Amino acid sequence: MSGNDVLQAVAYFVVLVVLAKPLGLFMARVYEGRPTFISRVLGPVERLFYRLCGIQPEEEMGWKQYALAVLLFSAAGVFVVYLLQRIQGVLPLDPQRFPAVAPDLSFNTAISFVTNTNWQNYGGESTMSYLTQMAALAVQNFASAAAGMAVLVALIRGFKRHSASTIGNFWTDMTRSVVYILLPLSVLYAFLLVSQGVVQSFDKYKTVALIQPVTYETPRLDVHGNPVKDAKGNPVMEKDRVMDQTIPLGPAASQVAIKQLGTNGGGFFNANSAHPLENPTPLSNFLECLAILLIPSALCLTFGDMVGDRRQGWALLIAMLLVLAPLTLVCTKAEQAGNPHFASMGIDQAASALQPGGNMEGKEVRNGIAGSTIWAAWTTAASNGSVNSMHDSYTALGGMIPMLLIQFGEVIFGGVGSGLYGMIIFAIITVFVAGLMVGRTPEYLGKKIEVFEMKMAAFVVLIVNGLIKTGTALAVSTKAGVAGISNPGPHGFSEVLYAFSSFAGNNGSAFAGLNGNSFFYNTIGGVLMFLGRFWVIIPVLAIAGSLAKKKHVPAGLGTLPTHTPLFVIFLIGVIVIVGALAFMPSLALGPIAEMFTH
Amino acid sequence: MSKKEKSKRSLFDPKIIRRALWDSVGKLNPVYQIKNPVMFVVEVGSVLTTALFFHALITGRGEASPGFILQISIWLWITVLFANFAESMAEGRGKAQADALRKTRQDVMAKRLAKPQKDSGISQISSSKLKKGDVVLVEAGDVIPMDGEVIEGVASVNESAITGESAPVIRESGGDRSAVTGGTMVLSDWLVVRVTTNPGETFLDRMISMVEGAKRQKTPNEIALDILLAGLTIVFLLVTATLLPFSIFSVNAAGQGSPVTMTVLVSLLVCLIPTTIGGLLSAIGIAGMDRMIQANVIAMSGRAVEAAGDVDVLLLDKTGTITLGDRQATMFIPAPGVDTHVLADASQLSSLADETPEGRSIVVLAKEKYGLRERDIHALGAHFVEFSAQTRMSGVNMDGREIRKGAADAVEKYIQKEGGTFPAEVRSIVDDVARQGATPLVVAEGKKVLGVIRLNDIVKGGIKERFAEMRRMGIKTIMITGDNPLTAAAVAAEAGVDDFLAQATPETKLKLIREHQAGGRLVAMTGDGTNDAPALAQADVAVAMNTGTQAAKEAGNLVDLDSNPTKLIEIVEIGKQLLMTRGTLTTFSIANDVAKYFAILPAAFISIYPALGALNIMHLATPQSAVLSAVIFNALIIIFLIPLALRGVKYKPLGAQVVLRNNALIYGIGGLIVPFIGIKLIDMLITALHMV
Repeated sequence: MSGNDVLQAVAYFVVLVVLAKPLGLFMARVYEGRPTFISRVLGPVERLFYRLCGIQPEEEMGWKQYALAVLLFSAAGVFVVYLLQRIQGVLPLDPQRFPAVAPDLSFNTAISFVTNTNWQNYGGESTMSYLTQMAALAVQNFASAAAGMAVLVALIRGFKRHSASTIGNFWTDMTRSVVYILLPLSVLYAFLLVSQGVVQSFDKYKTVALIQPVTYETPRLDVHGNPVKDAKGNPVMEKDRVMDQTIPLGPAASQVAIKQLGTNGGGFFNANSAHPLENPTPLSNFLECLAILLIPSALCLTFGDMVGDRRQGWALLIAMLLVLAPLTLVCTKAEQAGNPHFASMGIDQAASALQPGGNMEGKEVRNGIAGSTIWAAWTTAASNGSVNSMHDSYTALGGMIPMLLIQFGEVIFGGVGSGLYGMIIFAIITVFVAGLMVGRTPEYLGKKIEVFEMKMAAFVVLIVNGLIKTGTALAVSTKAGVAGISNPGPHGFSEVLYAFSSFAGNNGSAFAGLNGNSFFYNTIGGVLMFLGRFWVIIPVLAIAGSLAKKKHVPAGLGTLPTHTPLFVIFLIGVIVIVGALAFMPSLALGPIAEMFTH
Repeated sequence: MSKKEKSKRSLFDPKIIRRALWDSVGKLNPVYQIKNPVMFVVEVGSVLTTALFFHALITGRGEASPGFILQISIWLWITVLFANFAESMAEGRGKAQADALRKTRQDVMAKRLAKPQKDSGISQISSSKLKKGDVVLVEAGDVIPMDGEVIEGVASVNESAITGESAPVIRESGGDRSAVTGGTMVLSDWLVVRVTTNPGETFLDRMISMVEGAKRQKTPNEIALDILLAGLTIVFLLVTATLLPFSIFSVNAAGQGSPVTMTVLVSLLVCLIPTTIGGLLSAIGIAGMDRMIQANVIAMSGRAVEAAGDVDVLLLDKTGTITLGDRQATMFIPAPGVDTHVLADASQLSSLADETPEGRSIVVLAKEKYGLRERDIHALGAHFVEFSAQTRMSGVNMDGREIRKGAADAVEKYIQKEGGTFPAEVRSIVDDVARQGATPLVVAEGKKVLGVIRLNDIVKGGIKERFAEMRRMGIKTIMITGDNPLTAAAVAAEAGVDDFLAQATPETKLKLIREHQAGGRLVAMTGDGTNDAPALAQADVAVAMNTGTQAAKEAGNLVDLDSNPTKLIEIVEIGKQLLMTRGTLTTFSIANDVAKYFAILPAAFISIYPALGALNIMHLATPQSAVLSAVIFNALIIIFLIPLALRGVKYKPLGAQVVLRNNALIYGIGGLIVPFIGIKLIDMLITALHMV
């Protein structure tokens, strides 16, 4: 690992933490309905929206009502996104005349975007019309992110309130998330990205002449599409010469901004942020990467501020950083060390003035090793899933890091809102075990953790784990599942394991080798993404409702403090041990086996 | 049974062990096991591997050698048996005590009275036929047939059957000593008792069922932990179940090796699921109750024991708990112009016939300080004036002298009635004494005030240190007293309590408890009188004294047989210990899994990917020995931890932060390291013995 790699990582982390605090405190004000510096501008927008939709902003909901609102809202989202894809051929803003998207793919995409997963079994520039991109996908980028944040805020209220039967109003929380937080940040980001050269256009794709035409050989095909063979049985080859290139366009900058900020990750183009028109410069790379963790880290401090003890927020943020920072460095080190198979061939892979060194397969030269590995670690730590390099091409260890980060349950930052509520579930489990160790029935933030909370927390841990395991098992033992695997040996297994971790964890990134656009992966993936999202949201809201009902227990000397380094270490221990214990056997058959095989 | 007998019952009494061994086999019944999901999974695994063994033996085409499968399945059965044994051991100790108690619950003939009067007609009736409301006569030598309340008479009663205390106690009608317990014996005199319970619901019955665990229900915290453990078990069930398709796929992908065997999968599963805590959980709970019984406290529910660990606020009666029961005279302070000797002499005379501890202490002080010898009051021809609620004074009339002593306001009223004046100087002495936390007793002769006797509350030795301990544990102590605020404040300061409630009445006590509870705090208190009953019923942890009234005992959820009010502190510690033992063993159990992975994973997959041998960092001899060592370690650790589960993790009154750090180091880090060593040693042993 070069000094430059470390320096870049440090720069990314420092800027992130510096920005997290003001944003976090701003969001706390927003959710508590306190005035902010932009309330005078956006307040009328918020109130207008309530009037238009007939929302009573002060009306309170119980947890069941809240959960029902989340589900209905999301169901409506799935329906609209599905419909728009199916009829995009007859709708405007389709300069490339793309036909309707296939039913199974539409289903998968609809669930994928509504659940904030953004797994993509399609290539954006060759499948989706501009209208679908904007009205279906970008809208869900906002809506799914806001829904996650709303659920988090409801959970925070559960801690904050006592002897209460309600946890807030879903529509108000949604509206505030979008109007005050996601929309202004996205507008700012879109301008920054356009300044770097990210496209924003409604024009048709452009065809330009290549400066250096390319010549290559392809097998000649007969009328049935089968290769024509000569007398010896070898395919007959013919030369092909490419003179020009199609440059895809579209309203990309506006969509890229929210896909990064809202931990969505669904690229405008197929190559996601590896595409030069989606992520053209080192600065755009820095900004987009920063956007991945910006809101998730700031939300920790929002949480601390709202529960009335900012140290609690810092404790969770520090726990997340203490897991992510070392893993980011391990990933960078593994990639900078290069491909072990090349090393044995005597190929120079050291960084020098003339080459970045390391394993550059699947990485963009303008991003380099660190710019790619930091992104890879961050996008999987957060359930973002956008990529600027191909994780499939990483070394065994380098590729295991992103997978492991997903398998920790998407709680190390995780999705906007969803990551932190997942983390709080882990904090509840930690408090339970650690609290027993000090001889008290456990309490977290003044709320006793009892049977109901443990039931729901255990269910959350179980559901994500179970979905990944059973999905992978189904894929590797069925013909349809195995058909999608393109690599032999343990690497092929890693591809499947990664995909199902990504589905259930609502991450959306892929170990690109797997061909996911088949009926099998489209449907099973859709179902898993749905369960991975809502079967977590429901128990989380149930916990919120149950906590809100409880009395507040004041902290005393005998109370286990949950803001101390000791608690942070214990929390990390629980997350890492539960994650590692649950996935070590499967990882042993994938990346670990690959790592030790030279 | 006496206390000596009890302490003799060591942790591993051979008699209890013998019974526990039998019980643990009986508990293999799956209907019983299903209540404990973790151990049920182990039992199912044992059945499965046993079937695999017979399959391998009979067909000769088993997935592994029959010898290996047999050894694995034997150790799995042993794992279940060890867990059963732990539970039986814990239960056994309770059962032994229950047997002893049951002996005292014999059927006796009772003398039922027709009317609630001693001399009304007597009819003989079996004690088991007595009903609530019946009135019986119990005379010297009789066993009291049922729990009841004395309505007439005074008698000394031997209650050693219940309390283990052999000194007889006085039971009399009215007041706070009117409750009698069935099964205890009247030693002298007679009592007329109204039966207050129906057969089968007596205190003794409840005690037997509690110690026996017959009515033992899982406590909320135990259920919550059970859920966490069941959740982990399902996670690991999924981990191991999916390994079969994963390994089949990997065999195809790698083109070599064989899929993981069922035997290894079951072994891996049993090693991963939290068997250590799962197997010991119910033993920990029972042992917690048992430790209460060892401390001579009967818990009316397991919930009360658990809640004791959570107590935030402790209400303690001043008298008897914080101070020695009685106030002692410590000084004579004469009024201006009065010789101290005169005051001491008058004080002694007025107290000669006063049999209260306070009165005796005045006589002792006069003798020690002023050499005044005790005189015979009858020889002096004196007439003793007893304390009465109206005059609130006592004294003596002798040779025309009228000496009175009493509270300042009472004496003042008396002096005024006699036509004298109460000197202002004496008033300031009285206030000074009160401010120092002592009780002033004014002595007057005729219409002249002689001076003040200072009575001090003697704070019990070592009590201040106990309260400091409580403070470190995060528990607030509040002293309850009927004294005036001045006196209360001084005693509170001397004893080192955090707060006090002066001039307490049953209403103010109840109000104080409710206020703390409304603030989310858990309140514990002790009490014995009927007027304590409402407060006891309101408190979260209520310790009733066994000498107390039936009402107090009904209201409490713990009964202290020793009737020692400081017992609360011990009770809190036992409660904390119970929770801590659960927490530490859970941490230990989960931390153990890391080492087991390093033992079993390379063994399971080495035929598919030989490179995974790199994970065999313990250098275990063969794949079979590795799996077997992990399974053996997993079983043995349960046995090794039984003493810890029964005794409980040692509790030291330190802050939560320090306790967590210590326990995390011992049981967390220890839990990571110990199995590496243990598994390696077992592997070396079984390799040396050629077991696989």
